[in-house]
Amino acid sequence: MESSKVIHAFYNDDEILLDAVKAVKAKHHHIEEVFCPFPVHGLDKAMGLAPTRLAITAFFYGITGLAFAIWMTNYMMIEDWPQDIGGKPNFSWWTNMPAFVPIMFELTVFFAAHLMVLTFYMRSRIWPFKEAENPDPRTTDDHFLMEIPVHNNEEELTLLLSQTGAVEINIVDKH
Amino acid sequence: MYQFSGKLKTVSLALILLGALGIAYSFLSAPKTIEDAKEIIANQSSHGDSHGASHADVTIEEHKIEMVEEAHANDKDSHQEVADENHGEIKEAHTEAGSHDVNHEDEHAEHVLHQLQNKPWSALYVALFFFLGISLLVLAFYASQRVAQSAWSVVLFRVMEAITANLVPTSIAMLFVIGAAVMHYNHMFPWMADGIFDTTSPNYDAIIDGKSWWMNVPGWAIRSVVYLAIWNAYRFIIRKGSIAEDTANDENKTYKRNFNASVIFLFLFMITESLMSWDWIMGLDPHWFSTLFGWYVLASLLVSALTVIAFVTIYLRSKGALPLVNDSHIHDLAKFMFGFSIFWTYLWFSQFMLIWYADIPEETTYFVARFNEYKLPFLAMVVMNFVFPILLLLNSDFKSIPWFIVIGGLVILGGHYVDVFVMVMPATVGAQWSFGIPEISGLLFFLGIFIYTVFSAFAKANPAPQGNPFLKESAQFHYYNIEHRGEGSVDH
Repeated sequence: MESSKVIHAFYNDDEILLDAVKAVKAKHHHIEEVFCPFPVHGLDKAMGLAPTRLAITAFFYGITGLAFAIWMTNYMMIEDWPQDIGGKPNFSWWTNMPAFVPIMFELTVFFAAHLMVLTFYMRSRIWPFKEAENPDPRTTDDHFLMEIPVHNNEEELTLLLSQTGAVEINIVDKH
Repeated sequence: MYQFSGKLKTVSLALILLGALGIAYSFLSAPKTIEDAKEIIANQSSHGDSHGASHADVTIEEHKIEMVEEAHANDKDSHQEVADENHGEIKEAHTEAGSHDVNHEDEHAEHVLHQLQNKPWSALYVALFFFLGISLLVLAFYASQRVAQSAWSVVLFRVMEAITANLVPTSIAMLFVIGAAVMHYNHMFPWMADGIFDTTSPNYDAIIDGKSWWMNVPGWAIRSVVYLAIWNAYRFIIRKGSIAEDTANDENKTYKRNFNASVIFLFLFMITESLMSWDWIMGLDPHWFSTLFGWYVLASLLVSALTVIAFVTIYLRSKGALPLVNDSHIHDLAKFMFGFSIFWTYLWFSQFMLIWYADIPEETTYFVARFNEYKLPFLAMVVMNFVFPILLLLNSDFKSIPWFIVIGGLVILGGHYVDVFVMVMPATVGAQWSFGIPEISGLLFFLGIFIYTVFSAFAKANPAPQGNPFLKESAQFHYYNIEHRGEGSVDH
């Protein structure tokens, strides 16, 4: 059953936060979320998050762009209207291929970059006018926040978190 | 300290001996007279294989090129006229080549004789330039790492220094080839032939004569010696300085001196490398010129140099000689191999595409000769140097797996050997190329020398440069994205 209560532990140093995450993980508590004002090196590894697959999507987007460029140059320059433009050989796509390489390269990069960014936005649920999900504005400035769901173990969790050097511990009703 | 094992020493000496025997054989079996050459031509056509059959086409193509060049040289003012004339002359050349009259056959035999006599020299030269260039670019990369004060590569400094030890024997071999060219023992550089600058001679070449302010034997020889002297001087100074750093304890004064020496060297290197590629490689085609040629040669040698650093590092690490090197260092080397493979492709394609697109006869001949006679190596090289590395080394995990790098690296090194081969051979042996005993023995000979000099140099110094202020940072170097296999998790 979904817990409606969460515990918010605040930290003011990324090193202390990393140690706290390791300590909480060692006690086998589930960490719902960690909010940081800047990327903390090694936080994803400490939390045991799965590696991103964004690079893999970019590779396939790049291949898509390359295929699109090959199709486009072939259709426009070879099949649809094979005009003699300055003596460039257009008997087949291959005979004129070097002239198409710049656009092939650019479209590969264009597709890979832009579609990857859009994928990132979609997967991270970021868009204009989106309501911020930040539980406390201080986490965008100089505080780190760890959110742990509570399952009738408030006291145990509070004790554990206070031992890890949390500067503030709140129990919050979510939703 | 690393010990150069007796087994490896035996292997290297065996390679040198085998290579030397093969080189001697290829020199002795080269044709001496025009009759020998005629016999070889007769053999080629009587076999009726693809090589013999394609030969006639190739000669026609060669003639076409020569005709275009001649026409261009004779008349500089009226380009339009020349272009029209060309067409006529090419047609004539076609019929001439087709009719095969006696006079023409003699000329053809002489042409082939020169190409066949060039073969052992060119095979030696390709392997020599490949190994010399790799050692030189390892030196330049090493200097750049010192100047950039990069921390990650400090634990690899002794590996790079050891590889540059190969610069000494290859420079001596280069001096020998330069001397042989000056003494007319070889004819790889067509502009060194007799009578080229003599207006009364039938060999007179107006185009080359116009370049004689640069392309003259004394100037060429002096420049060549100066390049080698500068490179070897820096290598000597920096190796000494680097070892002095280990025990210096002088508030990094030695370290700063080495830094300054590297800055000066990099400046001189960029100049000498460009001039070297004009003198030693572009000079083989004296009618042709390209502005980005120096960078192109640089890129080709740089990616090979990085691959060689990776190979030697992986080997020495597997022998336990490099305890400070971890998977992240290997990963970085592989990233460099990957990046510079693409950089090479960029320059290769930029050079090719600009010339292909504008299609000016005096520039295009270079690629026409390569595309007609060297189609397989010319195209295979792009696959080996670009497609293969990009697919193999794109994945971040693969970049720290030694056997992946070894496979990728072998293809990259093979591809760049072919690259040098395609730069040199079409100009010196033309259609008479093959890959056989002379080429393989040249490679084995210099590989043997490489193994001997590199590993004996590595055994002479502490494998970790103790006095370098960045050593600790380098030993702890860790790229966040990869897991270190067989190492403690404390590193994370």
